Amino acid sequence: MWIRRGLLPVTLVLLFFVSFSSQAAIDAYQFDDPEKEALYKKLIKELRCTVCQNQDIGDSNAELAKDLRRKTYEMISRGEDEEFVLDYMAQRYGDFVLYRPRLNTNTLMLWIGPFIILIIAVFLLIRFIRRPGDEVPFTETDKAQAEQLLEREE
Amino acid sequence: MKRYLIPLAVFIVLVVFLAIGLKLDPKHIPSPFIGKPAPQFDLPVLHNPQQRITTADLKGQVWLLNVWASWCVSCRAEHEVVKRFVAMGETPVYGLNYKDKPEDGKGWLAALGNPYKASLMDINGDVGIDWGVYGVPETFVIDKKGIVRYKQVGPLTDSIVDEKIIPLLRELNTEAG
Repeated sequence: MWIRRGLLPVTLVLLFFVSFSSQAAIDAYQFDDPEKEALYKKLIKELRCTVCQNQDIGDSNAELAKDLRRKTYEMISRGEDEEFVLDYMAQRYGDFVLYRPRLNTNTLMLWIGPFIILIIAVFLLIRFIRRPGDEVPFTETDKAQAEQLLEREE
Repeated sequence: MKRYLIPLAVFIVLVVFLAIGLKLDPKHIPSPFIGKPAPQFDLPVLHNPQQRITTADLKGQVWLLNVWASWCVSCRAEHEVVKRFVAMGETPVYGLNYKDKPEDGKGWLAALGNPYKASLMDINGDVGIDWGVYGVPETFVIDKKGIVRYKQVGPLTDSIVDEKIIPLLRELNTEAG
């Protein structure tokens, strides 16, 4: 009995999440080819909804996201490939619409910036660890002092 | 002293970057169209659907495209600014009636006044996508060669018109067509 009583709230919590995850973006788009459907599903996860803060168009119910899903669907069912759809969107909405921005002059810093920072950090770290003249020589007086302290402890 | 100065310098640089970041509007996306030919359209006119206007028809003059809709709340406030701008007689303004029912659009213009040379019907929003419209109202300035020179996302205000649009138009009107 205690098991059942324990499971009920857990199940309720799980159900709560299930009902939420299936809520966004229900369009009844029919594809004649499962490959096209897979491409569509991939692309709506890779295109940013420009009016929402950090949501892909597959995840948003904004009017613009619906329109962009429709456009994506139209292009894919016409037989266009991934590059074509991404180009189409980037030409109109800029690199911002792509969740994985392409490498070009505008996005160069975005791609190589983290590596530059990493190199600087490693360089500074090495310098910091190996700072010369950091070691203080352990003299005879220090030794005597240490021994004296240890004796006092005893 | 030096060991305190370096972290302080790093901290100041960080603060400057974060301060710039705070000032940026995440909703503002630079338009990829600036300096590029305006996207083509061929659309029926709202008040006379038999007539169609294309981008090619508008070449040779400087013109504005103002994207509006009757369901767009901030367009209402912007409309007064557009009317004032058109009254100055600088440049023709064409409206793009974006994702609107024609009768709603016509009613809206009848109630608030119609400053547009013509409004074009983009009922399903396809032309809006071609122009990269993501937040109505939006306004584009197109030069004599048909190149997009300026884009305003969100409502025009009197200060934007006076400080940005008018000086730009003065400049564009002196350019050869």
